[in-house]
Amino acid sequence: MKELLGIRSKPVLCTLLVSMSMLLAPLAAQAWEPNKPIDFVIMAGKGGGADKMARFMQSIVEKHKLSSKPLIPINKPGGSGAEALIYMKQVKGSNRDHTIMVTLNSFYTTPLRQPDLHIDVLKFTPVARMAEDTFLLWVHKDSGIKNVDDFVKAAKAKGNDWIMAGTGKAQEDQLLTEFLNKAYGLNMRYVPFKGGGDVAKQLAGKHADSTVNNPSEAIGFYQAGTVVPLAAFTPKRLALFPDVPTFDELGKTGMDYFMQRSVVGAPGMSKKAEEYYAALFKKVYDSAEWQKYMKDKALQGDFLGGKPLMEYWKKERESHRKILKEIGEI
Amino acid sequence: MEILNLLADGFIIAFEPQNLLLMLIGCAVGLFIGAMPGLGSVNGVAILLPLTFIVPPTGAIIFLAAIYYGAMYGGAISSIMLGIPGASTAVATTFDGRPMALKGQADVALITAATASFIGGTISVILFTGFAPPLAKMALAFGPPEEFALMLLAFATFIGLGSDDIPKTFFSIFIGLVFSAVGFDIISGRPRLVFFDIPGFLHGINFLVLAIGIYGIGEMLWTIELSKGDVQMSQATLTFRRLLEGFRNVGQTWKATMIGSFLGYFVGILPAAGATPGSLMAYGVAKMVSKHPEAFGKGTAEGVAAPESANNAASTGSMLPMLTLGIPGSPTTAILLGGMIIWGLEPGPRLFVDHTEFVWGLIGSLYVSNVFALLLNVLLIPAFIWVLRLPFTLLAPMIYVLCMIGGYAATEDMHDVWLMLIFGVAAYLMRKLDYPMAPAVLAIVLGELAESSLRQSLIISHGSPLIFFDRPIAGSITVCALILIVLPLLKYVKVFVRPKPAQP
Repeated sequence: MKELLGIRSKPVLCTLLVSMSMLLAPLAAQAWEPNKPIDFVIMAGKGGGADKMARFMQSIVEKHKLSSKPLIPINKPGGSGAEALIYMKQVKGSNRDHTIMVTLNSFYTTPLRQPDLHIDVLKFTPVARMAEDTFLLWVHKDSGIKNVDDFVKAAKAKGNDWIMAGTGKAQEDQLLTEFLNKAYGLNMRYVPFKGGGDVAKQLAGKHADSTVNNPSEAIGFYQAGTVVPLAAFTPKRLALFPDVPTFDELGKTGMDYFMQRSVVGAPGMSKKAEEYYAALFKKVYDSAEWQKYMKDKALQGDFLGGKPLMEYWKKERESHRKILKEIGEI
Repeated sequence: MEILNLLADGFIIAFEPQNLLLMLIGCAVGLFIGAMPGLGSVNGVAILLPLTFIVPPTGAIIFLAAIYYGAMYGGAISSIMLGIPGASTAVATTFDGRPMALKGQADVALITAATASFIGGTISVILFTGFAPPLAKMALAFGPPEEFALMLLAFATFIGLGSDDIPKTFFSIFIGLVFSAVGFDIISGRPRLVFFDIPGFLHGINFLVLAIGIYGIGEMLWTIELSKGDVQMSQATLTFRRLLEGFRNVGQTWKATMIGSFLGYFVGILPAAGATPGSLMAYGVAKMVSKHPEAFGKGTAEGVAAPESANNAASTGSMLPMLTLGIPGSPTTAILLGGMIIWGLEPGPRLFVDHTEFVWGLIGSLYVSNVFALLLNVLLIPAFIWVLRLPFTLLAPMIYVLCMIGGYAATEDMHDVWLMLIFGVAAYLMRKLDYPMAPAVLAIVLGELAESSLRQSLIISHGSPLIFFDRPIAGSITVCALILIVLPLLKYVKVFVRPKPAQP
């Protein structure tokens, strides 16, 4: 019996070993491997767009076993991303090779607004830009507002009692609110909330008059018909909302705005680790799940890593410095 | 009738052998995770989420919901047996569960906790089944002013208790509020109260660190002083007859259980609140309406039944906004939400229409999971009792070790372990001076939410506090809260005005 089992189990064992080595082969080809679980810092609160996306990336890594060590998500939402940035800056020793972060545009704005944090984002390690998120202007369907003209009329009538809910202080949502105020001569009142999900709820519950949510944050209420998109802050119409015009079409230029969805490594990460994570997230980017997610959530943008990502950061940081100066935040 | 049909379909899914097995494992894992100090349902669900790819989405959510449930039951165990809150949701259970165990009534406390959890869980699932859509609308009606009014009410229940020393209660609340303000300010985005520029304060003070410090370390120091290390932890015994008596006892706590079930459920539904505030509020309200409010904090079964029924009810409640609105009602449901996206489901208003099997399978499983969790809990009571019979010299070091692990596990930062030790010693000293500790814990839990909703409301209203009165929901809650705060104060003033009315 024993012999029989031995004979029978050998081919099974062999196939197992072979298939395992095949699975491991692409990983083995790389020189560097994480030797402990990887801290996956999320620069936003639970349930928001960044959080959902980070957990989705983690799940793709798990599902396809792309990493030999697990990614452990940690939310650090404090202070418009300042908590996460300080955390990243303080990472020491071998942890530098085991700490990565999902980031948005507060990556530029928070250090610009708070020079006393002494954070230079260009010292962070560029790993991967996974997408650029888009923004739309949303109102509640009961408001009866059908287009931007109606919106401007209604918002003008209410003056600074018009509530615009958004995520955080001097972050993407507030910049867009300022864009709108300036372009249409409005005086909307901006109220900061902790996450995009919370913001979406404020509009659905009519506690706010409008939002500039990302598609991923508002899509549930949009499908239920509770909220209506009026216009997109993009150069071209979004495939997901073919009937929604862009602000360019409406004659307001300079309103295009994207938010990066990027993965960055801790400052001082070794070159080998950087290459490992860039390869890892390239695989995530190329996966069928990620491509579908980008389509479903109206995400745009190609994969960027290493030097090109650093160049992109430099460019974006300068344009944010300009915007923040214009609206008097710095 | 349509609902009953759908529910029947749900039960058929829940009773599939694979799903039954998933529930059983989920409840057992949850029970263990909940009982371990520092580990709560959030950690359990987050750690096990990636495991769920091997089963279909319905099985996966059933498994994770069972863990969530099991952890709510399990949290009570270490709260009662060791005096350390097993999970943040079980902090309020420590208030009376611990004194009960010290009086040798650990078995009664455990049975009360288990049955109250069961009743709270079941009532909330029934409410969930019958009224999901209207309740989701109610959750939407809560904007910043309503949220703040609710927070005010929560504080009021703790001030309005009457039997505690009111100035000391206020002091305790203010200390908690100061600690809750440490870290970052959400409105201006600036760091504040970062004591001595120690970076550990940047992420704020995790209230589990405070709670474990107070109830774990502080309590141990207190016990050592009282007993000089000479006494057994408690004379816990367990016979079948006592078990039966315990069940009979449940009848006496029905009022507290009902309060906990309904209050917990409604607080759980509100986005951003969740099971921890729900259980604390239930404790406060139960104490207020009880015939024997003076017995609270000294070991009454009511004080265990209220928070335990509430945290289970709230855990079901918090799934409602997650499923119907795509907004998590608690940190744990935020992770469940992430899971649903991974499984390719879009939580939100369309989920009930597009994925009926998933939704009703989950609802059906909640009924069954509750039964499993109750059975597991009752069967394991003898094992828990055995722990209490260990000599103090063995148990005390074990509790210290568990406190350290719990303090570290919450944020994985040594800074918090030191902080916990400091809180423990401070709590011991404050207890010697007769300050109530529960209000401080409440304040640190609710402080952040109260502050942001207050400031958001005031931005909306141009700084006018009238916003808390002229909206129907906010207004009625605020008025209730103010009455609760003012009533005992009046009593207090009266005592000063006529110091000794009895004398001629």
